[in-house]
Amino acid sequence: MPQIAQMSETFASQLFWLLLVFGILFFVIGKGMVPKVMDTVGLRDKQIADDLGAAQAARDAADAEEEAWRTRENANRASAQALVGEAKAKAQATTEARLAEVQAGLDARMADAEARIAAARDAAAGEIESVAADAAKDIVSRLAGVNVDQTAALGAVKKAMAHG
Amino acid sequence: MAADTAKVDPMHQFAIEPLFGSDWTFAGHNIAFTNSALWMLIAGICLWIFMIGGMKREVVPGRWQMAVETMTGFIDDLLEANMGKEGRKYVPYVFTLFMFILFANLLGLIPLPLAMAGVHAFTFTSHFTVTGVLAIMTFAIVLTVGFWKHGLHFFSLFVPHGTPPLMIPLIFVIELISFLFRPFSLGLRLFVAMMSGHVLLEVLSSFVIDAANAGPGYGVLIGGPSFILMIAICALELLVAGIQAYVFALLTSLYINDAEHLH
Repeated sequence: MPQIAQMSETFASQLFWLLLVFGILFFVIGKGMVPKVMDTVGLRDKQIADDLGAAQAARDAADAEEEAWRTRENANRASAQALVGEAKAKAQATTEARLAEVQAGLDARMADAEARIAAARDAAAGEIESVAADAAKDIVSRLAGVNVDQTAALGAVKKAMAHG
Repeated sequence: MAADTAKVDPMHQFAIEPLFGSDWTFAGHNIAFTNSALWMLIAGICLWIFMIGGMKREVVPGRWQMAVETMTGFIDDLLEANMGKEGRKYVPYVFTLFMFILFANLLGLIPLPLAMAGVHAFTFTSHFTVTGVLAIMTFAIVLTVGFWKHGLHFFSLFVPHGTPPLMIPLIFVIELISFLFRPFSLGLRLFVAMMSGHVLLEVLSSFVIDAANAGPGYGVLIGGPSFILMIAICALELLVAGIQAYVFALLTSLYINDAEHLH
């Protein structure tokens, strides 16, 4: 087994060359090249992360824009609806006022007519009384030969009519 | 006989041969440039070339850059999953460790066409002098981080929560021993896995050669199935190469996590 047989004569050489080669590799490759390679990887990862972040930010901005647009649109719709409602209410109010005015005129004419009817009826009733009194006075004078004055006859008629 | 000369020594592939600089010394020790050192260098250069593909730094990565980023991301995720945010600062070490072992394991499996001339791939992770040093490095980091961050409080790592007071001395000793065994298990696991796979491949290949030398009948009956098994084990060894590198990195991250967070 040369590893043991040659150990004492080759150990110093093995140690020397191993430390020399490994030391150079450690400083040239381990300390010099590896950090640069890892930096490149880190740089790339960072760039990818940044790009993804930018994309996300743009997407968020678009979402916010859309949300704002939606809010604005809703506000516009609401104001339009308010305008329509107002116009509707105004028209209704005008119609109602007009209706009330017409109704009032109609009511006044109706009351007027009713008053006239009542007056006519009263007049007619008064006419009937005086006619009845004249008739009664005439009937009494013819039948009983008694002359009744106009007032008495009218009072009798009124009494009879109130009972009748 | 031909059978004697064709005899394959399955351990010969692990022999370290100085290529040049046999008389180089460093602090009184011989530091010859061996085949082991050569393959460390080759693994390092391959790793460096691989990493260059990741330095294009394009926002939309090509395949090569993607492969490099996948590997760094794999180690980053591993440390993140085991240690959380603090794991980041250990990425350079664990990444270098993982990739170095992975490249060593994979390169060692390459069947070079020059093998006949005696030039073959050398798997330096099949030497515990190498895996041991790597494990000791990890262990040194664990100790440094542990004592740096927690001071003597680091020893509470050896007393799990809810231990009855009576049991504390015993548990402490057991936990301490298991803790001190970590670098050995870490280093030996990789060394044994790599060595056993390569020995198995070498033994099977010697079956093929010896069976073929013994006659066509033996060659078909023994050499054929051995060869098919060898191919299957090569596939398995590719898997083992990846898994052992991963296990080394995973255990390193777990041990450093212990030092970082205690229990």
